[in-house]
Amino acid sequence: MTATLTPEKKNGSHKELSPELLLQMHDTMVKARVLEERLITMYKQGDGYFWIGGPGEEAFGVPLGMLVQKGHGPEYDYLHLHYRGSPTIMAMGADPVDSLRQMKNTASDPYSRGRNFCCHYSIEKWNVVPVSSPIEVQYSMAPGTALANKRALGGKGTGITIVTGGDAGTAEGDFATCLIWSSRKGHELPVLIIVTNNLYGISTPYEGQHGETKISDRGKPFGMQTLTVDGNDPEVSYQALAAAMDYVRTERKPFLLEVMVSRLYGHSSASGANFVANETDCLAKFEQKLIDRKLITRERADTIRATYNQELLDASKKVREEPQPKPESIWDHVFADTAGNGAPKGSS
Amino acid sequence: MATMVQAIRMALHVGEERHGVTDVFGEDIGPPLGGAFTQTQGIKTSWNSPLDERGIVGMAIGLALAGQRPVAEIQFCDYAFNTIDLLKLAGAMHWSSAGDWKCPMVLMTPVGAGIRGSIYHSHSFDAQATRLAGWKIVCPSNPRDAYGLMLSAIVDPNPVMYLMPKALLRVKGRPGEEVPGEPGDDKALSKMIDQPPGGDRSKWRPEWPKLEDLFIPIGKASIVRPGKHVTIVTYGRDVLMALGAAEEAAKDGTDVEVIDLRSLHPYDWDAIKTSVKKTNRVIFVNEDTEITNFGEHLLRRTVEELFYELHAPPKLVAGKHVPGIGLADSLEHASVPQKATILAAIRETAAHVP
Ligand SMILES: Cc1ncc(C[n+]2csc(CCOP(=O)(O)OP(=O)(O)O)c2C)c(N)n1
Repeated sequence: MTATLTPEKKNGSHKELSPELLLQMHDTMVKARVLEERLITMYKQGDGYFWIGGPGEEAFGVPLGMLVQKGHGPEYDYLHLHYRGSPTIMAMGADPVDSLRQMKNTASDPYSRGRNFCCHYSIEKWNVVPVSSPIEVQYSMAPGTALANKRALGGKGTGITIVTGGDAGTAEGDFATCLIWSSRKGHELPVLIIVTNNLYGISTPYEGQHGETKISDRGKPFGMQTLTVDGNDPEVSYQALAAAMDYVRTERKPFLLEVMVSRLYGHSSASGANFVANETDCLAKFEQKLIDRKLITRERADTIRATYNQELLDASKKVREEPQPKPESIWDHVFADTAGNGAPKGSS
Repeated sequence: MATMVQAIRMALHVGEERHGVTDVFGEDIGPPLGGAFTQTQGIKTSWNSPLDERGIVGMAIGLALAGQRPVAEIQFCDYAFNTIDLLKLAGAMHWSSAGDWKCPMVLMTPVGAGIRGSIYHSHSFDAQATRLAGWKIVCPSNPRDAYGLMLSAIVDPNPVMYLMPKALLRVKGRPGEEVPGEPGDDKALSKMIDQPPGGDRSKWRPEWPKLEDLFIPIGKASIVRPGKHVTIVTYGRDVLMALGAAEEAAKDGTDVEVIDLRSLHPYDWDAIKTSVKKTNRVIFVNEDTEITNFGEHLLRRTVEELFYELHAPPKLVAGKHVPGIGLADSLEHASVPQKATILAAIRETAAHVP
């Protein structure tokens, strides 16, 4: 399957990205990649029970995080991510050490206090809705936050809802729910519906599971703007995301964006979490491009990587020593109106 | 005296006027119909959703996360089964994020038998609902409680499921079960808030009575009939059944205490415990199928914690474990508890000699 910008979008494309922006993007991509590799190592060394994440999606996820209108409440963007969202969260400015904490399920894990798998982010102050395991449910919730976005500031807000998920998951009814609820005539919702297509659902290839030519085509009968782009090229991704977001922010209507990405370490630790050599490595490709354009040297790129590597290696050693959650903390936060251990325990 | 459905409507009105309700939505909830049972007629924030139960629950969660106050409806609980994982998600939102996010939404849905609804309009949802940790579950048995529980559900910071016993929706309250502020005269109330059938419904506007706030605390049972000999613990439709059976039993000198749980979760264990310690005999009654039934949980806890208080085996009177409730009266009556079934259980329990 080839991934291209559709011609109409190419013509209307934005101006070139500045060198500063490209270097910032590169830096964050490295940070996100090093984070994922550290998480995988932690898993392999027994410092975590399970790994799943987004290595190979940095060229899409980082631009997404950079373009988010970050803040709290419906004037800002809501993010309904799946478990490959680390590049986006890093680009939004999260501390990678917190991801290590979730990997090690420590009490200090700010996303779930040791309750959830790694890369299952929840950041209320930035409108990052809790990532949950059931595939596709985020597509059913997204119209709800999008309706709040639409109402914000008396209808004059620019906040939007962004939802991401994989290709295989689009077979779930929740994907259709999102298309239907966001495109009702006269009630259109400002939601950027993103599908990251890595051509697999765990072990099942894309081939043989889809009747539609492109997943993005599924938006067409709903009158949606749609686009399929190469998510392995951060410049293309950035431009496509910027254009799609701009449309959703100003038109207050949905946009379906399909992004072709790589799955660089397989599905998860359940499939070994080993580097997959025949997938495009967006970071290596981008780095070479920046070197060719003389925006960065090989040495500088290597230094950036080595620095993040050392930082996260040191941090992982510290995180290892942080306390695990207390057994009695299972009763915390069952209900929002009975604080801490005052929560009704057991059956009453 | 208002009916339960009028009481619900009045609570939704007060909810949107005074307590921040932003959306009342679901299938056929908005104009022109105003709900399959007329429960949302005249509600300003009501709207018709696509026919998609998963979408309804997802929309409600999204709205709740983004600071809105949604009241969503599943038209019949029989159609909520394909939303279970989303319901779990709503209940898990606060816990899984370790207190980071809240999900204050109300999901209302008609439950139970008694309207000749056949196989797919007669289900109960008690067992499924009470398995959803993180949710509060309420089920009123009269108009006043329906009103006060709805208002409590609306202001609650958690997801609250509001089970509406179908068979009671058109039942008027008994003395003392008025909605605070409703006019005394039924006809006057109907004229004010019931949408006239047929004609051009788009022009109709309700004239709401001056309603007062009433918050029935979630988690508090009500003793609807005090008694000395046998305790019945029930809720929803079976409260009236149990009261009917209790009147019969009184004729033979058995004095039955009837507890209306009102909240299935959190439930009022203190009320159950106090009553069982007094009567030493207890029957749990509900319409749901009997295997892995919510009443079984209450019974288990009774056995574990009150074993030496009991003078008779505790009983569960529940629906038969069959796939559906048949349409014919004979089938429905054989499937869910009736007055006679409850009466027989009372007699057996009362007669038991330890
Ligand atoms: C509802 C549901 N079914 C099955 C699973 C198990 N599962 C986890 S990931 C996955 C594949 C998802 O593939 P895709 O949507 O393409 O996303 P990708 O992981 O490739 O990014 C499956 C089947 C699940 N988590 N949830």
